[in-house]
Amino acid sequence: MSEHGPGGLSGASDERTLQMVDKSGPFSGWGIFNRSGSADARKTVRFGDAGAVRSMPFWSLLSLVILLLAWWTVTKAWGFPDDFRQQTAVAFAEADPPRELTDNNLVTACRQSPDCDENGYSQVVAPTFFPSPADTWRGFNTLRTEGFKNITLWEHLSTSLFRVGVGMLAGTVVGVPIGFMMGLSSRLRGFFDTPVELFRPIPPLALIPLFILWFGIGNPSAYALLIFASIWIMIIAARAGVRTVSLSKIRAAYSLGASKPQILFRLILPNALPELFTGCRVALGVSWGTLVAAELVGTDTGLGSMIFQARSFFRADIVLVGIIIIALIGVFLDLIIRVVESVLIPWRGKGG
Amino acid sequence: MRNLKVDSVDMVYELPKGGSVQALKDVSFDLTGGRLLTLLGPSGCGKTTLLNILAGFLAPTAGTVKLGDEPITGPGPDRGMVFQQGALFEWLNVRKNISFGPRMRRKPTGETNAKVDELLATVGLKDFGEKRTYELSGGMQQRVALARCLANDPAVILMDEPLGALDALTREKMQGLILRLWKDTGKTIVLVTHSVEEALYLGDRLFVMAPRPGRVEHVYDLPFANTGLDVEPRELKASPEFIEKREEVLSLIWEMEEQIMGHEGS
Ligand SMILES: Nc1ncnc2c1ncn2[C@@H]1O[C@H](COP(=O)(O)OP(=O)(O)O)[C@@H](O)[C@H]1O
Ligand SMILES: [Mg+2]
Repeated sequence: MSEHGPGGLSGASDERTLQMVDKSGPFSGWGIFNRSGSADARKTVRFGDAGAVRSMPFWSLLSLVILLLAWWTVTKAWGFPDDFRQQTAVAFAEADPPRELTDNNLVTACRQSPDCDENGYSQVVAPTFFPSPADTWRGFNTLRTEGFKNITLWEHLSTSLFRVGVGMLAGTVVGVPIGFMMGLSSRLRGFFDTPVELFRPIPPLALIPLFILWFGIGNPSAYALLIFASIWIMIIAARAGVRTVSLSKIRAAYSLGASKPQILFRLILPNALPELFTGCRVALGVSWGTLVAAELVGTDTGLGSMIFQARSFFRADIVLVGIIIIALIGVFLDLIIRVVESVLIPWRGKGG
Repeated sequence: MRNLKVDSVDMVYELPKGGSVQALKDVSFDLTGGRLLTLLGPSGCGKTTLLNILAGFLAPTAGTVKLGDEPITGPGPDRGMVFQQGALFEWLNVRKNISFGPRMRRKPTGETNAKVDELLATVGLKDFGEKRTYELSGGMQQRVALARCLANDPAVILMDEPLGALDALTREKMQGLILRLWKDTGKTIVLVTHSVEEALYLGDRLFVMAPRPGRVEHVYDLPFANTGLDVEPRELKASPEFIEKREEVLSLIWEMEEQIMGHEGS
C-alpha cells in the first residue's frame, strides 16, 4: 500500500503520509467540489501552472469508452456463421435444463457443431477466463436476481460494508486517542513511537496466517485484519492533527480562561478534524482494499469470499462483477466522505 | 485599577544547541492601571518576550511580574491577548468566537449573548455575527479578536503587533478603534508595534527598546493618544509636535539599527 510511506522512528514522515492523499480527489473538475471559475482561459502562461489543471469530464468519459471498447475487443464474440447464434439460442432454451446463452456456451456449442466454422469465432482470450461485457452484464443480472450460491448480492455487499465499517470504527476509536496522546505528551510520543513505527509498515496481508492461528478462520480474523489496516493510519492522522494547532490559538484559549479539558475538546479536537477526515479517507481506501483478502480467511459471505467462491466454479463473470462492484463502491465511499467532509468541516484549509 | 508591576526581569533563552540569548535584561517599570503603553524597537529586542511574560505564557528567568498585588504565574482571563493573526477559531462563527471566553468560564448564557451583541456593535460587526471568521477581511478578523478579548472584561489587554498584517488604510481605521476602546473602557493596554507613527499615535506612554540584551532604552510620555479622538488623526500626525517626536524616535532607532549592522558585520 502506497499509504504506508517509509518512516524512521523519528516519525517525521507522518504529515507526508497523509499528504499522499490527493486532497482534490478524482474527478475534481466536475464542478461538484470546486467552485473556481474558468478565468484560466485568458492566462498566457499555462504549461506548468498546476493550479489550472483539472479533470475534464469529456476526457474521463472518453477513457471510459476506450476501456469498455478494449474489453469488448479482447473478448469479442462475432464471426459465427449465418444464424448460428439464433439457432443455438432456440436450442439452448429448449434444452433441459435450459442453458444460458453466454459466449462461453456458444463457443462450446460451436465446437460440437459440424456446421460451425470454429475459426470464424475470433477471440483473443477464452470466454471462460475473460467474459465479454455482455456476459458480465448477464452475470450481474443473475447475481442481482438470484444471488450466488443461495446468497444474494445485497447480502454479500452489506456484509462487506458492515465489516469495513466495524473495522474502521474500532480502528478510529482506539487509534485517535493514542494519536492524541502522542501529539500531547513527549513521554507517550516516545512510548508509542516504537510500536507504531514498527507495525505500520507491515502489510496487513502478511498477518493472515498468524491471525488464523490466533482467531481461527472467519469473522474474528477478518475484523482483526481490518482493524490492523486502519489503526496506524488513524493514529498518525490524529497525531498530525494535534500538531496542526498553532501555539497562538492555544495561548489565546488559555488567556480566555479555558481549562485543560476545554483546550482538548474545544480547541485541539475541532482543530484536528480536517486531518482526522483525511485519515478516514486513507483508512477507508486501505480497508476496502484489504477486505478481499480479509474475506479469504474462511468467511462465506462478503464480496471477497464471493469472488473466491466464484473462481472455484469457473464463474469468471461473477468474479468480474465482484471486482467491478468493489471498484465502484470504493469510489463511492470516497465520494461520500468528501461530501460529508465538505458539509461538516467547511473551514478545511481556511485556518490562519 | 490594578497596576502592572515589572521588577528587574531577566529572560534568557537557552538554545538547544548550546549557548543562550539574553532576550531581556533588568527590565523594570510600574504601569499605572488605565494607561496605554506602546512598545517599539528593532526586531529581536524582546518585545514579544516581554508581552508573553506579562501574559503569563513565559516565566522570566529572574525578577517578578505582578498585576496589582498578585504575581503573574500563568495565563488568565484577567489579561486578554490579541495576536497579529491566525488566533481565531475557524470552526466557530464570529459570535461563538467572541463568546468563547465567557462560555469556557460558564457564565450565564443570556448575559453572554447580550454582551456579544454589545461587543459586535462596539467593533462595528453588527451584521457579521453568523459569518465564519475566514469569510472576513483581515481588519474585520482583528475586530473579532478584539471583541473576543473584551468579552472577558480583562483588566489588561496585551497586543502583539495587532495591526501588523493590515494594509495602511485599514490600519488607520483600526488605530482609531483601539483608541476609542481604550477611552471608553479605561483598560490598561500594552501594544507592541514596529511602526513609529503607530507607537506615537496610540501610546500614552512609549518604551523604545534596544536589543542585545533586550532592554528599555527610552521612556516617553506622550500627549497624542489623549487628543487622538478629538482631532482629525491625519491632522494630528501632520502636526509639528508629532513630526518632531517622530523624527526623534526614528533617529534613535536608526542608530540602534546601525549598531546592530556594525555588530553583525564584525
Ligand atoms: N523561543 C526562543 N528560543 C530562543 N531564542 C528566542 C526565542 N524567542 C525569542 N528568542 C530570541 O530572543 C530575542 C527577542 O525575541 P522577541 O521577543 O521575539 O523580539 P521581538 O518581538 O522584539 O522581535 C531574539 O534575539 C530572539 O531570537
Ligand atoms: Mg515580535
